[in-house]
Amino acid sequence: MDNVIKIETPLTRDDARKLRAGDHIWISGVVYAARDAAHKKFIEMLDAGKELPFDIRDQVIYYVGPCPARPGQVIGSAGPTTSGRMDAYTPRLIELGLTGMIGKGARSGEVVEAMKKYGAVYFGAVGGAGALLSKCIISEEIAAFPELGPEALRRLVIRDFPAIVVIDSEGRDMYSAGRKKFQRVFV
Amino acid sequence: MREIDVSQVTETVEKLCIKANYELNGDIVAALEEGMELEESETGRRVLRQLVENARIAARERMAVCQDTGMAVVFIELGQDVHIRGGSLSDAVNEGVRRGYEKGFLRKSVVSDPFGRANTGDNTPAVIHYDIVEGDRLRITVAPKGFGSENMSGVRMLKPSDGIEGVKAYVLEMVDRAGPNPCPPLVVGVGIGGTMEKAALLAKKALLRPVDRRHADSRIRKLEKELLEFINGLGIGPAGLGGRMTAMAVNIEVFPTHIAGLPVAVNISCHVTRHAEAEL
Repeated sequence: MDNVIKIETPLTRDDARKLRAGDHIWISGVVYAARDAAHKKFIEMLDAGKELPFDIRDQVIYYVGPCPARPGQVIGSAGPTTSGRMDAYTPRLIELGLTGMIGKGARSGEVVEAMKKYGAVYFGAVGGAGALLSKCIISEEIAAFPELGPEALRRLVIRDFPAIVVIDSEGRDMYSAGRKKFQRVFV
Repeated sequence: MREIDVSQVTETVEKLCIKANYELNGDIVAALEEGMELEESETGRRVLRQLVENARIAARERMAVCQDTGMAVVFIELGQDVHIRGGSLSDAVNEGVRRGYEKGFLRKSVVSDPFGRANTGDNTPAVIHYDIVEGDRLRITVAPKGFGSENMSGVRMLKPSDGIEGVKAYVLEMVDRAGPNPCPPLVVGVGIGGTMEKAALLAKKALLRPVDRRHADSRIRKLEKELLEFINGLGIGPAGLGGRMTAMAVNIEVFPTHIAGLPVAVNISCHVTRHAEAEL
């Protein structure tokens, strides 16, 4: 595919700052799958003065709760969930070194401010394309919180995972830019 | 009186849960394919191509189209001349959901209470809606509903003086505010009239109508077309990245209401709007 930028995780803050809203990206390497319940646990652990179950510096979190794998499959359907539900927890994780998030949907002003301040990027994957995206996941293991079932923290290795930079480290937002080009009805 | 054993209900619900989650209905696939031709945004076309490819992979490999395999919403139309034998009908439906989600490798997304939030581990309970109808048949519809779009839905109690313009403004406001979150291109279910909960149920039922079938009443049909045009002028586009195709259809259902009221419910649904039906 033309004009695709390939990147590898871990992603340093400097690397994150090089990406621009609207860039089409293929991501390879380790990412951590975490959604609502795991994020709540992260913050509870931090509040209790404990370490997170993984070193979050330069890491990318994928907001996903996958379907179970059939025998012979790496993972079941595994597309992004709505990122906004993680907004309350995210600035603190960015401050600790998180540099990338993969999800879908809008982010809060606080998250964007933290991304600008520390250098982080928000990737959009296509919501509802879980079967297709599962093919880019080459290994899956539970990293923590197995009791959370589909919401457990997972360590995934992905290869050429298609995403688009939706919000970059300067706060440029592809959702509003993309929409502006086509909007002719205003509410 | 015709007798139907609960085991038949369980078996049917099990199959329908799996079918609905693996196979996107033909009307939706056709709408996405048509969008690939009509969408003005290049990124939008790229997204739509991924969605069509995704549906093919899911059907071919017998896996869920989307990892959010939903809370199972089950509509039961029970003929009044049917006698259910062998146990509780609701238990039979829930057992079918339990088996379908386990055997189909579908995600279990239900928590036991809104605050404790422990996963029930089997995707039960289902949300079951019963209608008693004439005849001796039992019709079952399984419509798994994902929450990316469910969370963007709502009900508003308008005043009669708000009229049709008030309804249009509310529907547009809801879709506009949802933006990229509910996985556009959407199916927008709208329920107008009745009471608060009746409007919500109408909106949910409206999502069961294929996207290529318009309402029988010409006034409602006109409203559906007009709203779709407005929505597709919002610029949200496939995956919210900008474009024309924000919705595939607006499906409206109406019901008589009170002299003092104009309830409107908007049930937003993603491009993976799923439902599978069977009749016993």
